[in-house]
Amino acid sequence: MECYFDNSATTQPTRKVVDAMVEVLTDCYGNPSSLHRVGDAASEKLQTARETLAKSLSCDPAEVYFTSGGTESNNISIMGAAHALRRRGNRIVTTCVEHPSVLECMDRLTEEGFEVIRLPVDGTGHVSETDIADAIDEHTILVSMMYVNNEVGSIQPIGAAASAIKRSGAPALLHVDAVQAFGKLPIKPSSLGIDLLSISAHKVHGPKGQGALYMKKGTRLTPYILGGGQENGVRSGTHGMPGITGLSAAVSELGDIEANGKYVATLKAKLLNQLSSEDNLVVNSPDDFPYILNISLRGVPSEVLRNFLSECGVYVSTGSACSKGHRSYVLTSMGLDPKVIDSAIRISFSRFNTEEEIDYLAECIKRANKSLRKVH
Amino acid sequence: MKEFILIKNGEIALKGLNRSTFEDALVKNIKRRLSPILKADITKSQSTIMVEPLTENPDMDAAVEAIKRVFGIAGFSRAAACEKDMDIMRQVVVDYLADTYRECKTFKVEARRSDKKFPLNSPEICRELGGEILSHFPHLRVDVHNPDLVVNVEVREKYTFIHGNQIKGAGGMPVGTSGRAAVMISGGIDSPVAAWTMAKRGLVLDAIHFASPPYTSQRAEQKVHELLGKVSKYSGTINLLVVPFTEIQEHIKDDCPEDLFTIIMRRMMMRIAIELAKRQGCGAIITGESLAQVASQTLLALGCTDAVATMPVFRPLIGMDKNDIVEISRKIDTFAISIEPYEDCCTVFTPKHPRLRPTLEDVEAAEKALDMDALIKRAIDGVKIVVIDKSLDV
Repeated sequence: MECYFDNSATTQPTRKVVDAMVEVLTDCYGNPSSLHRVGDAASEKLQTARETLAKSLSCDPAEVYFTSGGTESNNISIMGAAHALRRRGNRIVTTCVEHPSVLECMDRLTEEGFEVIRLPVDGTGHVSETDIADAIDEHTILVSMMYVNNEVGSIQPIGAAASAIKRSGAPALLHVDAVQAFGKLPIKPSSLGIDLLSISAHKVHGPKGQGALYMKKGTRLTPYILGGGQENGVRSGTHGMPGITGLSAAVSELGDIEANGKYVATLKAKLLNQLSSEDNLVVNSPDDFPYILNISLRGVPSEVLRNFLSECGVYVSTGSACSKGHRSYVLTSMGLDPKVIDSAIRISFSRFNTEEEIDYLAECIKRANKSLRKVH
Repeated sequence: MKEFILIKNGEIALKGLNRSTFEDALVKNIKRRLSPILKADITKSQSTIMVEPLTENPDMDAAVEAIKRVFGIAGFSRAAACEKDMDIMRQVVVDYLADTYRECKTFKVEARRSDKKFPLNSPEICRELGGEILSHFPHLRVDVHNPDLVVNVEVREKYTFIHGNQIKGAGGMPVGTSGRAAVMISGGIDSPVAAWTMAKRGLVLDAIHFASPPYTSQRAEQKVHELLGKVSKYSGTINLLVVPFTEIQEHIKDDCPEDLFTIIMRRMMMRIAIELAKRQGCGAIITGESLAQVASQTLLALGCTDAVATMPVFRPLIGMDKNDIVEISRKIDTFAISIEPYEDCCTVFTPKHPRLRPTLEDVEAAEKALDMDALIKRAIDGVKIVVIDKSLDV
């Protein structure tokens, strides 16, 4: 049996996604910027995709920009916002548990002379609302905060950040990295006070190499990918139609997001129930988000458990796929015992996982816990 | 105009009566390495091996890169071969090295004449061609003591060869002339360097890797494939023997004192390596150990390991500092692979405080808890062989 429980690293594209992409690669191969019939057909597809995304975010299609993925959406937003607003203030507020594609931008901006405030998290992986309010002053130009943390699944108080910005009278834009949240939580950027929101296709059964950026009307960024002026000049480059079509197909297949969430929550509960007999089990995730479950079996190193499960045909990750080999900075920021951190694995679900798969996963984890030699 | 590669033997030139054995091996290795790039006629003449490409428009850049990785070559040159006619030589000496002249400030011409019937003697050739070069590249100056560029002119039997500065070869002895040895390879920085160093002394390599799934990952083994791929660019084909080592490590963990874990593990590895090496027809074991680098590499620990060795154990890095080892690993392009963070067999169950001065009596007593013969037999029966050879990749 093969069970894939690393859906926060990437997901398997659905059949419909693949078919839609193949069609674009074979029959509908035009460049949407070409002004002839082949180009027109592509342009129509591009527009449909934009509308599909807009619908999923309850926004205007003109607020949707296609990018190459979550990393690029984060880079465009953070570097672009900081540089566009540099005359209006110098402070940027973020958290210390962001994805590297955010943190690396922040390091660069620090070098450039911006004052970057990195907010800590508590033992459950949450940033405190008070800290947010205290950090945002009238010189703040950007607040960047992830919606859902990729390693433990903590949901951050985005609303609190939005109100703090309003209260402070700061010119700040609110950027939200929603790579893990999109398609799994209902997101309406306009009612959450979000100006910029990053999305990735391959976390929701779409293709790799494709992302999107929600940008509220009237927002101005300094673009840094220059060229033919596609995507309103925010992100030049010929439209990657296979990816865009794939993303669109994945989004139209999402179905009832809340019902999906409830179903996945039952899977997670079932797993935890079956593992409750393991007395060295530690749950590192808060109960916010059903799709991500971070646990440790004390004494069993993460990579050993991962390898064992991999041999059983069960795929989970240690920390996040992006930071192999290093002790997780997210779990460290949460103040967890280093021994717990060294044993942490992330199980991340998809709406396509089944109860049988959960049974097998639980069985394999128990088997591992019994047969693997523990380290002190 | 034809281009040749003129190769100068390394140490082989110092050999006595068996010199031709070494030369023949070198010619064979050169021919094999060049085979995916060009067909060539390779002849020996005095202390030079002449490679004459028979292929039309051969990729000489690729050939040069291939030759750079053949052990047994001190240096070589890419040379223009032209007719033995002063008018033609004048033209070739200007055209062939034109780009090089532009990059230099000073030069000298060095002529050699093995065809004594050639109408000009060596000093006359130098003077003639030097003047010709100066008239075309007036920015150049002649410097006979320390020139940027030496323009070599060799008037030989069939052709005149014209070439610039010699390219440094890989040195050492031709692979295959020293026999066969098995390198124990973990995936770290040291063992590929040790393997390369000994291949350079003319050894054909086998490699032995201990895998402990699930304590080690498949990537760790993949990493070893990649490392050996880089080494094989110099050494030629390497047979990699992957030994399943989980059971042994679990038994040591369960039944032996923790502070002796590493040394007992090393001895088990050595026993298995020697048994496998014998089966492969190897005459020695190679390891990447460097004295005092880690607990298992103290003098006493090495002594305990060698107590089970029944063939020579070569440790070419024993007296080297880590920095020097890293420098070689960068040169042979293994460093970046070595530092990929995948746990290997040596780090599984590492004791907090390994014993630095183990006595052989203690170690032997502790090993009594293990069903040695059965464990070793099962490990050897489970060996998987992977043939690795990137030496013909262009």
